[in-house]
Amino acid sequence: MLVLLFIYAFGGALIFPESYANYTDTSLRLSPPSARHPFGTDTIGRDVLARTIYGGQISLIIGLLAVSIESLVGILVGALAGYYGGFLDSLLMRITEAMLNIPEIFLLIVMAKFFGGRIPEIHLLGRVFSGSVIVIVVIIGLTSWMYLARIVRAEFLSLKENEFVLAARATGTSNFEIIFRHILPNSIAPIIVSATLGVANAILAEAYISFLGLGVQPPTATWGNMLDGANNYLESAPWLWFFPGLLILLTVLSINFLGDGLRDALDPHSRAV
Amino acid sequence: MGRYIIKRLLQGIPLLFFISIILFVLMMNMGDPVATMGGRRVTRASDYERLRRQLGLDKPIYTQYLYWLIGNDWTKTDVDGDGVAETPGTRRGVLRGDFGVSLVSRKPVLQVIGERLPNTLILMLASEFVIIVGSLLVGVYSALRQYSALDHIITALSFIGYSMPIFFIALLSMYIFGVLFKRWGLPYLPTVGMFDPQAGKTTAQVLWHMVLPVLSISIISFAAYSRYIRSTMLEVLGQDYIRTARAKGLPRREVVYVHALKNASLPIVTVVGLDLPLLLGGAVVTERIFAWPGMGRLFLDHVSRSDLPVVMGILMMIATAVVVFQILTDIVYAWLDPRIRYEK
Repeated sequence: MLVLLFIYAFGGALIFPESYANYTDTSLRLSPPSARHPFGTDTIGRDVLARTIYGGQISLIIGLLAVSIESLVGILVGALAGYYGGFLDSLLMRITEAMLNIPEIFLLIVMAKFFGGRIPEIHLLGRVFSGSVIVIVVIIGLTSWMYLARIVRAEFLSLKENEFVLAARATGTSNFEIIFRHILPNSIAPIIVSATLGVANAILAEAYISFLGLGVQPPTATWGNMLDGANNYLESAPWLWFFPGLLILLTVLSINFLGDGLRDALDPHSRAV
Repeated sequence: MGRYIIKRLLQGIPLLFFISIILFVLMMNMGDPVATMGGRRVTRASDYERLRRQLGLDKPIYTQYLYWLIGNDWTKTDVDGDGVAETPGTRRGVLRGDFGVSLVSRKPVLQVIGERLPNTLILMLASEFVIIVGSLLVGVYSALRQYSALDHIITALSFIGYSMPIFFIALLSMYIFGVLFKRWGLPYLPTVGMFDPQAGKTTAQVLWHMVLPVLSISIISFAAYSRYIRSTMLEVLGQDYIRTARAKGLPRREVVYVHALKNASLPIVTVVGLDLPLLLGGAVVTERIFAWPGMGRLFLDHVSRSDLPVVMGILMMIATAVVVFQILTDIVYAWLDPRIRYEK
């Protein structure tokens, strides 16, 4: 399923060029699905099918990149807090708690305003991305690392009491090496599970924030910003919101399945809730 | 127990300070509230300076935070904006219950929030009620008939519900119950607003308009809750005391609903307690889609105009609610389950 979605988003790019996704044909505004435009066209005559393909690329990339940032911050915070303990631990954990106490969507909105509109467009691989893609990746990463940090910290707290850590320390291994070479590989299973589920959450978060019009800015399409404003066309053009919404649902669903499967496979102790 | 509560409260206070500082720093860079004040007309440079002085926006961030926190009636402020501070300030600060005045509407923040809070609360409490009752029924059912066909269907559906973006379910239900029902000539549900302006704000109108938002919010959380109840229920049903109760010859109904459910619902108390304050912030997205005049929309409106006092007020209120509810949840949990003792 997930593979199919990736093929859809990236393979589809071979069939339709990107300019086609942004090509406006105002004579064909809001035309319903037809043979030429299987998913119909949007308010300014762009082909919804092509836009879901390119939007899918951006959404999936945002999901993966945001989780990389999330994992980086989460692992770092969790590892430092868990390994060193003491003052550093309580400081980092207070920050984590403070961030956890504000609902993520509010943090996202405030952060989107904070960073918004400062980053110019970027040119990569012959394509133009709106700078807001980077902003969204960073803010989703920065607002979602807290759970991961807690998991990593708990793992470190229990693992650092083991003999192999003591042995490593006795042979004069540096703290840095103990953290990243000895303890981290042992706590990788819950990290992988949580990162997988994190991709789903990041895609949802992007969709929410873009839906509110604060996320990735047009003309770069994402599944989220295709939905922005679509509720004005609830009645007249249901294809506008149905296809992007369905794709988000399918993606999140299959990632959640994957994460659940990974949890059962890697981590037999925890039960799925 | 008393000492534990006091300890938790004392931990909560610095946490809130911490949150307020983080938020305040973020707010400072959120945009220029003066920029949008003139409407379409471009503000003159001199007026711009004067406005910033009058609103105290020219002060460094720590001064602004201090004024926000403890007020400025102990010092002089610049009311006429000529650059000389001569009038005593009037703000009393958050610590003394004054959240300041909205930069947009010039109304006190508490009043602005107070107008919207009930709207969000009725929506959210209704949803929470539907979620709890519904997920208890479904969760208990699928625990009792584990691996039956219906249990599998429920599990599959809850997985879909759990992955569903709220705007998709909202738009879908609006389309089905609002648009298609209308087209088919069936009684259809209203899709936006809180009441029909022609009919006025009557209880029936509000209830009628609540159906779709409540449905959308419920379906999302319902999935997670019922799965959770199912797994705690299964765990409890496998325990010795349930077997004892059955062996004594108690009716099955009593065993399940009195003995098992009582203990199985303990972990649910935690989940509900931690979720409730988040509902206060409301589903920002849901309120936006259904044009529900609640806190979420208030937040969006004022964020877009960089109205710091209102935005800070909403966020601090939610953060406070989260902290208080965490403590309450722990206390209730300890009270319900005598095995748990907080002796530290």
